[in-house]
Amino acid sequence: MSTGYFESGTLSLDESKCTGCGRCKEVCPHHVFDLRERKAHIINRKNCMECGACMKNCPVSAVSVAVGTGCAQAILKGGKRGSVECGCSGTGGTCCG
Amino acid sequence: MNHSSNKGEERYLLNEIETPAGKIPVVKTALEFDDYLGTWRVRWGYGRMDYRVNPGLYAVGHPDAESPVLVTANYKLTFDSLRKELTELNLWILVLDTKGVNVWCAAGKGTFGTKEIIRRVLKSRLFDIVKHRRLILPQLGAPGVIAHEVTKSTGFSVVYGPVRASDVREYLASGMKKTEEMAKVTFTFRDRLVLVPLEIVGAWKIALIFAGISLFAGILNDGIGVRALLFPLFIVGGIIGGTILSPLLLPFIPVKSFALKGAIIGIALSTMIAVFFRVPAFTAVPLGIIASAISAYAALQFTGASTYTSENGVRYEIKFAMPVLRISGIAGMIAAVAGIAASILKRGGIS
Repeated sequence: MSTGYFESGTLSLDESKCTGCGRCKEVCPHHVFDLRERKAHIINRKNCMECGACMKNCPVSAVSVAVGTGCAQAILKGGKRGSVECGCSGTGGTCCG
Repeated sequence: MNHSSNKGEERYLLNEIETPAGKIPVVKTALEFDDYLGTWRVRWGYGRMDYRVNPGLYAVGHPDAESPVLVTANYKLTFDSLRKELTELNLWILVLDTKGVNVWCAAGKGTFGTKEIIRRVLKSRLFDIVKHRRLILPQLGAPGVIAHEVTKSTGFSVVYGPVRASDVREYLASGMKKTEEMAKVTFTFRDRLVLVPLEIVGAWKIALIFAGISLFAGILNDGIGVRALLFPLFIVGGIIGGTILSPLLLPFIPVKSFALKGAIIGIALSTMIAVFFRVPAFTAVPLGIIASAISAYAALQFTGASTYTSENGVRYEIKFAMPVLRISGIAGMIAAVAGIAASILKRGGIS
């Protein structure tokens, strides 16, 4: 997206643990990672939307990020720091996508 | 068996084939009028949560024990988007029970998840049907799936294929080579356009209330007549600004904040209305502020349907946007009331 968005800053990669398997690059929707010399590197930090796919699929837990849903409706419904509920759990409620 | 026996009830099924694990339904790869109608309907939010297919294994073409296995969600729009790209291919589709929700949202919720994949693979007896041990998942399923856990529990390796179904054919043809383009999520004009109806539907009740109140205010201000319609016109402008124009013009407003994009569009629209209809400033400014606040709030709601906003980023927006919207909304209404009072007094001959 040409205007970009506010950077989240919670993504971190522990290169000492990285085995270069490439899963993070394989799953990232915004090309945040690249593999160079058999190690993963964060190359587009500001594109990270905190979906958590990388952290989930890293077999050696080298990647961590604060997973969340970038949905104003869910955040406003969830209160200050409350649990974010977007109401699309299937029974009643609607999904915006 | 892994399907309830709705033989022939589903129009998207062709026939059945025999496998070592029993009969498997074959799906059509050409969409029909019913499918397009269904897509249109759910895009407008009607029956959105009931638009599903039965989870389980399906065949495309004439697959055998070597054919690839694609995994998808049981939201019918997802299912249709995938199968229409598979004409003349031979493969298996494993449909997960994501409660009628699309892949990416379901992955975020965990329903397109590790447990459900394991359950479906085992239930469908996939290991008896294919010789290979590989599942191809849509890339956007990744936030919900721990690939190495699936492998541990099923013996199937997990490969994340392209983001878009339209790239599946090329992906398979090239020997499962995923290009950078295939791995990137975009948010094109068309992507945004199909989301607009639901934004409108989400706003129409509040829109009606605001329009009604503003019409009443317009009548108080100008008496019954065409001029009274100006008040609701500003409000409708704000709603159109936030639910239609903001999504469509998203990348062209050079600020990051969705709320600010909405406010800018709201201000632009209000200015055009004020100029075109020669609305005096003491009426136009309060109405413009209210309309822009509405537009900003509606645009903020679009963050959830977008493909690139992080939760922390949206929280940051909200921290500034909500107080500003509240204050400007209230200030606008107070100023509008003051303006209406002045108009009434003027008409009554008191100055």
